[in-house]
Amino acid sequence: MNSVRSGSHPVRLEQDVVLARQAVRKLAQECGLRLVDQTKLVTAVSELARNTVVYGGGGEMDWEVLEDGPRKGIRLVFRDEGPGIADLKLALTDGWTSGGGLGLGLTGARRLVDEFDIASTPGVGTRVTIVRWN
Amino acid sequence: MERIPILRMGEFLLVTIQVDMHDQLALTLQDDLADRISATSARGVLIDISALDMVDSFIGRMISTISGVARIMDAETVVVGMQPAVAITLVELGLTLPGVSTALDVERGMNLLRTRMGRA
Repeated sequence: MNSVRSGSHPVRLEQDVVLARQAVRKLAQECGLRLVDQTKLVTAVSELARNTVVYGGGGEMDWEVLEDGPRKGIRLVFRDEGPGIADLKLALTDGWTSGGGLGLGLTGARRLVDEFDIASTPGVGTRVTIVRWN
Repeated sequence: MERIPILRMGEFLLVTIQVDMHDQLALTLQDDLADRISATSARGVLIDISALDMVDSFIGRMISTISGVARIMDAETVVVGMQPAVAITLVELGLTLPGVSTALDVERGMNLLRTRMGRA
């Protein structure tokens, strides 16, 4: 698996969530993802980028275009240095929310991508990695 | 402040969302619609989301809230024009918009609202 190119976007303000969605839509189109797969990835990005802003106090979205033989994919890492998540298992339960949301952000995003990984340390921060292949 | 326009047509309010909304804009629309329903005594709200290429849980919640608030204020809401890829993604995300009426396009949405008014 090769990394073709990569970059990073700030995810600090509400408007950055919109910019992150638009940036990933462009990458997804370049990678030849079908429209429905683009939509799933962009929706996952919206959920995760919002989490980074609202719960993580802002952070970064690192992006990477991957090549694995004929397959192309996009890997995204959302990282913040916020308070972290004390109980990951609980956070990954449908309908559970620490804020005023629907509790579908993390679990919903997980369902919309091919690979999902989350690491969080209380007091240090959170890092969510997703991959979507074409 | 940035706002999404709300048009009045008889006893209906029409909203066409044509921008990639940030969260505050969605919340503003939610509040503005409640105010306009109250000010105009509107009986129906039609929200056209055909230009939206994504509906996440936040926008989904906004749609549900608008629909619920409108109902309490004696107005029906119909959401029209959802793109197929958006619908597929919403269901997979876990959002089925319970209690929200939908129609495929503006014309069908208007017919649905008129039918409901006729019954009332």
